[in-house]
Amino acid sequence: MKRIFSVLVENRSGVLSKVSGLFARRSFNIDSLAVGETNDPDVSCMTIVSSGSKQTMEQIEKQLNKKLDVIKIKSFENWQSVTRELILIKLRYNKSNREEILSICTLAGAEVVDAGKRTMMIQLCDTPEKVQMLLDLLAGISIVEVARTGTLALQRCVDTEK
Amino acid sequence: MNGAEAAAKCLELAGVTTVYGYPGVAICPVFDSLLNTDIHTVLVRSEANAAHAASGMARISGKPGVCICTSGPGATNLITGIATAYMDSIPLVCITGQVNSDLIGGDVFQEADITGAAESFVKYSYLVRKASDIPRIFKEAFHIASTGRRGPVLIDIPFDIQNQEVRKFDWPEEVNLRTYKPTFYGNPMQIRKVVTALENCERPILYTGGGVHLCQARDEVRAFSEKFNIPVVSTMMGIGAMPSKHPLYMGMAGNNGNLAANKAINESDTVILVGARIADRAVNNPGKMMANKTLIHIDVDPAEIGKNAHCDLPIVGDAKAIFTELLKEEIHMGDMRGWTTELQTYRKKKSRRVTPDKYTDPAYFVQKLSSAMDDNAVYVADVGQNQIWSCANVIMREGRFLTSGGMGTMGYSLPAAIGAKMADRDTQVVSVSGDGGFQMAMMELATMNQENLDLKIVVLNNSTLGMVREAQKFSFGERYTMVDLNGGPDYEQLAKAYRLKYLKIENNDTVDSTVKKFLRTKGSVLLEVIVDEDGIVRKGDRK
Repeated sequence: MKRIFSVLVENRSGVLSKVSGLFARRSFNIDSLAVGETNDPDVSCMTIVSSGSKQTMEQIEKQLNKKLDVIKIKSFENWQSVTRELILIKLRYNKSNREEILSICTLAGAEVVDAGKRTMMIQLCDTPEKVQMLLDLLAGISIVEVARTGTLALQRCVDTEK
Repeated sequence: MNGAEAAAKCLELAGVTTVYGYPGVAICPVFDSLLNTDIHTVLVRSEANAAHAASGMARISGKPGVCICTSGPGATNLITGIATAYMDSIPLVCITGQVNSDLIGGDVFQEADITGAAESFVKYSYLVRKASDIPRIFKEAFHIASTGRRGPVLIDIPFDIQNQEVRKFDWPEEVNLRTYKPTFYGNPMQIRKVVTALENCERPILYTGGGVHLCQARDEVRAFSEKFNIPVVSTMMGIGAMPSKHPLYMGMAGNNGNLAANKAINESDTVILVGARIADRAVNNPGKMMANKTLIHIDVDPAEIGKNAHCDLPIVGDAKAIFTELLKEEIHMGDMRGWTTELQTYRKKKSRRVTPDKYTDPAYFVQKLSSAMDDNAVYVADVGQNQIWSCANVIMREGRFLTSGGMGTMGYSLPAAIGAKMADRDTQVVSVSGDGGFQMAMMELATMNQENLDLKIVVLNNSTLGMVREAQKFSFGERYTMVDLNGGPDYEQLAKAYRLKYLKIENNDTVDSTVKKFLRTKGSVLLEVIVDEDGIVRKGDRK
């Protein structure tokens, strides 16, 4: 199973390595990881997507809870949350495939953010599935570079209103 | 006041009486400041042993042990000791010197990223950034080490921070960590469920782990067992929770355990696991063994519950607090006499001798030794065959049994015995090692002499690394390699070199009289016991 862990941690040096080190040491998977400060500058939010057995998911939460730099953990499944990834793709293009690329962009909702004579850069901010779809659609195009964030996720509003 | 003086004052305020360590320039300010306190500093002969000694002291005193070492190699040498304590949940506060703050990361002389290197072996670690943080950090460190699931906490103090001015020494009255609130009292609803489970079971057992000793719950657990007539089995770390000859005690379970204990687990319908983590050596294939039973797991660390086996009824909290509550409950249990009597019949099967008469039989020796020891004596076993023979044959009364159970660190026994003795000089402390483990720690004989300690030291000498040799005998077709210890010292000469009395047992004939003489002799004694290199710990049914 896949699970998303939204982990609030003390915003101190070394915390990222402590948390990622825990995953490495206990052989837990990290499918994706995104870290950033929250509205409180003393607190960072780490969004970790992991996969494994139900028992492993339970251990991840318990072991994270033991870390003294971890303030709070929320864990949820994909359908319980809004997820986003941002991808930047630099492509090599020519006259013959320019229209094709632009139509793929329109289809996927990606936009062109920079362009030169032979290369252009497109961006997409969407669910991990849509981001993957864009990459699949671009399979025949010559991709120069890709930069992609980890998944960001927050629990859906209906679930958090109690 | 500078950072080092603040650190020394913190140690005093934390009630520390003794610290173990090894200096280097990077930690000199702290040792210098300790000169102005009543804290006794003990110079060990190798850093890992500072942590082992602190561990031995912590396990007897119940308070965090403290060790202080220098930066770089001092700190990295300490890691094995820290990891050993971590695996057995021993409370330690480990302090290391570090290079100047502005040089960190520059690969300067004796620099090591010790907080990074030790991360997976500590409960928490601090790299001190400013001297004024020292009081808060020390207060937190002692709190973290000694509450919840005990464990080592590391404080790394750069040299310049030790010398930095502390304008205001602010020792917090209380620790307030928003991320650390360990559960102490058991949930009353869960405790009620235990009562119901016990009222509906026929063959319950208590399975005690090291947690029973760590939260000093021995009396409560014993009282509970006696009140409701529930048989007790133990892990290696739990040995001593019950006296060996107690009618309700069935012995140590597991791979190296005895028949009655393993039968007790196999045939039980309800297991109350207390402060034990269902480790691989204690319970072979836990999923299978715990199937079709009600497993009640009492542990202070929620992550241990459900980690290695399914759990029907978890109770998170301190074992002493939980058993105090359980003792107040009225539990209408069925008649346990049939169940306990059945188990007692297995217990009567006599343990067999393991080696020919030419040598000392280790099982017989351990029985004789532990029987002759004081009722409240501390028995510190090392790691290897000596440890398994000790566990299986030691006769416990009101004393303690210490060993490195989780990590299996060779050379633990002698330094831990030093710490145990220093925690209470009136208690008899006996260190038992094989000749392999002893040679990893024998430099600490000097520490023992320097502190005028009266330790009784046993070396079971078979001139080989017995446990590994045994593995090679059974799993590698007797292709022996890397196990020959024939280059070892002449132990009589060694004892002489360290000004110790020396005794020797060649075979079973003199065990009785020599053991008595050994324990009666005033001052430290080294007892060499000749055992067979072909002696094995494994039983017939083990693969």
